[in-house]
Amino acid sequence: MLGFMIQRLLQALVVMLVISALVFIGVYAVGNPIDVLISPDATQQIREEAIRAYGLDQPLWKQYLDFLARLLSGDFGRSFIYNMPVLDLIASRIPATLELTLVAVLGATLLGVPLGMYAGYRPDSLLAKVIMTVSIFGFSVPTFWIGLVLIFTFAVQLGWLPAGNRGETAMLFGVEWSLLTANGWKHLLLPALNLSLFKFAMMVRLARAGTRETMLSDTVRFARAAGESEFTILRRHVLRLISIPIVTVFGLEFGSTMAFAVVTETIFSWPGVGKLIIDSISSLDRPVMVAYLMLVAFFFIVINLLVDLSYAALDPRLRTRRAT
Amino acid sequence: MSPLLEVRDLKTQFATRNGPLKAVDGVSFTLAEGEIIGLVGESGSGKSVTGFSLLGLVDPPGRITGGSVKLMGREIVGLPPSDLRKIRGREISMVFQDPSATLNPVLTIGMQMRLALEAHERIGEAAARERSAAVLARVGIPDAARRLDAHPHQFSGGMRQRVAIAIALLNRPRLIICDEPTTALDVSIQAQILTEMRSLAEESRTAMIWISHDLATVSSIASRLLVMYAGRIIEEGPVAAVLRQPRHPYTAGLLASLPARAEPGTDLVQIPGSTPSLFDLPPGCAFQPRCSYRTTECGVMPDFMTVGTGRSHRCHHPLGERPA
Repeated sequence: MLGFMIQRLLQALVVMLVISALVFIGVYAVGNPIDVLISPDATQQIREEAIRAYGLDQPLWKQYLDFLARLLSGDFGRSFIYNMPVLDLIASRIPATLELTLVAVLGATLLGVPLGMYAGYRPDSLLAKVIMTVSIFGFSVPTFWIGLVLIFTFAVQLGWLPAGNRGETAMLFGVEWSLLTANGWKHLLLPALNLSLFKFAMMVRLARAGTRETMLSDTVRFARAAGESEFTILRRHVLRLISIPIVTVFGLEFGSTMAFAVVTETIFSWPGVGKLIIDSISSLDRPVMVAYLMLVAFFFIVINLLVDLSYAALDPRLRTRRAT
Repeated sequence: MSPLLEVRDLKTQFATRNGPLKAVDGVSFTLAEGEIIGLVGESGSGKSVTGFSLLGLVDPPGRITGGSVKLMGREIVGLPPSDLRKIRGREISMVFQDPSATLNPVLTIGMQMRLALEAHERIGEAAARERSAAVLARVGIPDAARRLDAHPHQFSGGMRQRVAIAIALLNRPRLIICDEPTTALDVSIQAQILTEMRSLAEESRTAMIWISHDLATVSSIASRLLVMYAGRIIEEGPVAAVLRQPRHPYTAGLLASLPARAEPGTDLVQIPGSTPSLFDLPPGCAFQPRCSYRTTECGVMPDFMTVGTGRSHRCHHPLGERPA
């Protein structure tokens, strides 16, 4: 088990290194940050000083090696734009994205799995058809469009919910959370709904397919022959049997939403990391991009590790194999 | 005294695109308390569907379309699902062919037994463990109390089937339907389980319907034999008598094809032709296209003809009545 974890951490290091190199090269190819940072009518002297100050006068490989050297002391560099350490910058944005992601992914799972199981259990019922229609909708309609429709309906026409921003927050563990205030929830609701629709559709499909297949299995037949009720069978047998793909998708969706809730955060002006990365791309703020994408890679590897560990908890057959 | 089980003209059909498929077509038999009968036939003869029909567990699009099943005088065909559920496991239970498919791979044995117990009574965890361990010990699982925490994959195939049998025995049913429970096991384990099942049934006065395609296995456990062909019972009688002198040509063909009866070095005897499709059965006796005794009379299905004590068959040209 320990060897497994170490292997995963080494893997994480390699992936993060590759990502950082790719981003360095990519940004270099896209354009010169100095053109964005400095007013076009600055003098040649100011321009050269700025280039030197940011270390952009060095060849790319030298810049990269300097970056790696600083990295060893835990320094990811400073943002060109905000002029503050990128780690602090990212850390200040993460809680907003984290709570948005938690609400969206958890909500989609807690609602999508039972509804999907029902749709798989009674595939010909009217409710199942309604559920499946909604899920097709969730899959096929683009996020930005749904976001705009949500804003138009609930914020503009009905005026029930705010159209954007984070609203009031409260402190917990030294971090600001919207989840702790009623006003924060009001602000959270629309972006979370917007984000969750696709995930809801996915969870419905997964749970439905798994349930349909499992209901035909001898395990279910045997449980029925023992007189167990249909509810017991669904809750105790089927849910456990279909949980592995659900946990996998939960992990992946959680990761990708944390990292790339860009569209939703932009539409709802939600001050999370997704908005930060899109801003840093348009301003060629390389240190932010590099650090952020490295963090994302690390984050995904941690999530995959947790998902793998949960497999062992969910399926005892995998436990013994790993122990040997 | 009324028999334990009285089946009259049971009909189970599956709705298909090509019209109804008569999987069970007018099956009748009775079963006394503690009696073991064998239900024999090729795959597709309707023997398993007969078993499932008795439990009210026919999967859609199949359903019981006619006939009656009386359990201790009480009609159970057409009972509402909740009443049928109460009968399953407590009055009639079932063991299936492949224990690695019937047991839930992700739940402990103890949990699966507890669910089967909870289906019929409110029982605390400690009491459930105690009862389960006692039954496991009875079916020959060593160190039963500790094995409750094991998962199915930690048992051998034979032990796994014992666990499944223990679950079927858990609520002390009056009847256990055994659908080829030894087919997937090694021959030596088969013999052990057969012997143990017979003594378990004797001890607890549990009746059994032993479904199999294997005449040899059935004849070592059952006292009476029902031979099925194309959804109908075509011969019935005490095991020894049927084996010694089969009346129906199909039964005779089955017996002749047993490897144990063949002369070493000779080809096994085969019944000519193949099992007919249930969609296009000839009128009258379904076996006639494969039968060498066929006459025009066979276009009408004969009624049961009783010969001797407890023996009957449905054939116009029974063997043993013709001059040899």
